[in-house]
Order: sequence, then structure tokens, then C-alpha cells
Amino acid sequence: MTAELSGSGPIFLAGIPTRGVALARRLREELARRGVAAECGAVDVAMYRDDLGMRGGVRPLRGTDLPMDLDNWTIVLVDDVQQTGRTARAAIDAVLGFGRPKRILFAVLADRGGRELPIRPDYTGLELSARPGAKLRVRLAEVDEGEEGISES
Amino acid sequence: MMWTRKDLVALSELSAEEIVFVLDTAAEFKGVGQRRLKKVPSLRGKTLVNLFVEASTRTRTSFELAAVRLSADVVNITATTSSLSKGESLKDTAKNLEALAADLIVLRHSAAGAPQFLAERLQAGVINAGDGSHEHPTQGLLDVFTMRERLGRVEGLKVGIVGDIRFSRVARSNLWALTKLGAEVILIGPPTLVPREFERTGARICHRLDDVLPELDVVNLLRIQHERQKAGYFPGTGEYASLFGLNAARAARLKPGALVMHPGPIHRGVELDGSVADGPHSVILDQVTNGLAVRMAVLYLCGSMALKEEA
Repeated sequence: MTAELSGSGPIFLAGIPTRGVALARRLREELARRGVAAECGAVDVAMYRDDLGMRGGVRPLRGTDLPMDLDNWTIVLVDDVQQTGRTARAAIDAVLGFGRPKRILFAVLADRGGRELPIRPDYTGLELSARPGAKLRVRLAEVDEGEEGISES
Repeated sequence: MMWTRKDLVALSELSAEEIVFVLDTAAEFKGVGQRRLKKVPSLRGKTLVNLFVEASTRTRTSFELAAVRLSADVVNITATTSSLSKGESLKDTAKNLEALAADLIVLRHSAAGAPQFLAERLQAGVINAGDGSHEHPTQGLLDVFTMRERLGRVEGLKVGIVGDIRFSRVARSNLWALTKLGAEVILIGPPTLVPREFERTGARICHRLDDVLPELDVVNLLRIQHERQKAGYFPGTGEYASLFGLNAARAARLKPGALVMHPGPIHRGVELDGSVADGPHSVILDQVTNGLAVRMAVLYLCGSMALKEEA
């Protein structure tokens, strides 16, 4: 990631709430340690989802914080778990609402398999194969109680 | 909390928490209006019908633009073009709209209770865009949204609502939203238009604007309708303006930072002098911008729930 991003112009790490935002901040620290400067923020995908009405109620919107003009930026979408690709698809649409970035990349902590759209991460922390109906929980110190980790239930 | 209503009929029914939920959602949609692409796909492929059985260009346009920015398809029906003028009942009209697969119906009607009637009978979400003297919930929401945005809070504000309280759905929706969120409401106008029974709502009644003007954080001026004058509720617009109109001399007595609001359209020189409407206290154009964000939020929230069954 460092090799690919260095010298490529302004970089923005766009975390998908909730845990993607925390991961984007961590990634920024890691990149800074390696000499690559990046900004970070959030991209809420709720308005761009394709499953409106399929849940029991509407959850609060969680805020989007992207550069107002992101032409020529490299945007790295950051999420905790990749499964179907639908969230990433919605995030790409949300980012394009702010302009025409030079490039959009996608980084996930864990890829659990089960893709439904032809969208795959550029950077994957961990490849997993979870049972199709299983719930994968990521716990991060910034957001969750207890010890950090990934568990299947 | 989660939003679970398919309809927005009256602010009297909403909890304080639900009102704040809509305001927070609207704040996010206001952000969408500042993006390069001012449109999101939330209601793509869904149909919204603006059913206006009573004329209103502004509210209808605001709902239409809100729906377009959510990518819905919009059909406008006004009383003069609809079969309602040929005697079709409201229920039949609505059933027909539903048979055409309308997902959301925005209803403006001269009869109080018409939106409730439809909401109970249709799977489509029903949004009240003003029903008789009952409520105009999106106006109430956009007014408190504007106060919260400008003054940072609603709780503890002293809000004066001036004018035709008796017949005003805007006053009622404001009253509900403001009292639920902990503001102090003072209803101001002649006794004929601000009857004593409004004290039951917890609001203060005042018949002299000059007595309370310097203590108000917000002055919300309502439009005076000429029909009321003909019916004898006040003697004339000149006298009304001299007692309750916000002119430059009165505006000089406002607190620094106090807000002047008006739901529009303004009668310059009656409720409000032009210099005040265009002056530093005025947030009247913010109200218009915020109205769009609030209506996007309401359509997004109720639309999500109205679409639930078919999904």
C-alpha cells in the first residue's frame, strides 16, 4: 500500500462507519510512520444503499466527511469486513457524489467471502471463509468493549 | 432509536426523540445539498404523488425538489386537475393512486384529518403537507431546525409566534415541536385570533407584541389572511400592522442575535416590513433552504418504512 500510494498526490482514507472510520485513523498512523501523508474521514453509505425498507426500522445517518472537491485525490475506502460488495458499491457512489477522484481503492480488515457484486478489495488484512449465514464481529478498542478481535457467531 | 413510521401526519404524535431524529437526519441531507452531485439514489424507482387539494406553490415545489433529489419519480395532482373536483371521494382517489403503485403520497387538504384518514387505509406512506387548521408538520420541523441551527439549541428558547394562531396549522405544529423540545412559547396577537384556550397547551398568551419583544429569542410571524379580516377577526391590515407588525422601530428593540422567521409568503408592510425581512435578524431564506433538507429527511425516513412490505 505504501509503495502504491507514495507520490500519487493527495490521499484520503474514507472510513465506512462505524469501524471503518476507526480503521482509517489507524491506517493513517501506519502510513505516516512509513512516510506517506494522508487525510482521513468518513463516508456514510445509508443514502446509497439498495436495501431501503428491508430492515425493521431506519437507523440514524452517521455523517460523511470527505473533501468538498476531491478531483485529483486518491480515495481509499476502508471497511472492517468485506462480504457481498454492496456496501463498497454504495460507498463508491457516495464518493462520486463529491467529484471525480483520480482513483478509488478499497481496503478491508477481513474478507469473509460471499461476494454478490464484482467488487473486490485492493488490500485485505485477512482472508476468512465464514459460513454463509454466520455473523462476523470485529471488535476495536475505539468502538467496542472487551478485547480486540474477530469472532464468528 | 430507529425510525419506524411510514407516515408523518402530526407533530402532536411524535416524541421529542423522534423530532430530534428527523432534525439530525435533515442535517445530513442539508450536507447533500452542498455536494457537487446534489442527488442521492435512496428512492430510485419509487413514485411520489403530490396530491394538493388546496393550492400551495411553495410547499409543493419544496416537496417536489426534495423527492427529485432522492431520485423518486414525482407526479403532481392539484385539485383543479383532479377528479376530486368532479366529486370523487378522497379515498377513491387515493386507492387509484395506490393501484398505480404510488409509494408515497404528500397530501395538502383543506379538511383537518384527511392525511390521517388516508394513512390508516393505504400501504403507501402519507405525508401531511397541511390539513385545514390542524397541522403542517414539515413546516414545524423546518422552523425548529432553523432555530437549532442558528442558536445551537431549542430547549430554553423564548419563541414568540405572532398572528393568526386560531386558524393556523403552522402555529399548531410549531407549538407541538417547541414545547416537546423544551422551548417556552408565547402566542401573540389580538384576542380574537389568540383565544385563551391555547393556555392549555402550556404556552403563554400575550396581546401586546411590544410587551414581550425584547425578551424573545425568536419571533415567528404568521401570514395574516384577508379572509379573516372579512370575517371580522381584526379591523384592518393597517391597524394590525400598527399593533403586531414587525417594523424597523420594533426590530430595533430585538435582542442581539434574535431570529425573525416567517413561513411565507410575506405581506411586506403588514406582518413584517421589507427592511426587517431583508435585515440582519431575518432567517426567512434559511427556512426555505432548510425546508428542502427537512422534507428530504421525512421522505427518506417514511419512504424507507412504506417500502418495507414489498421488499
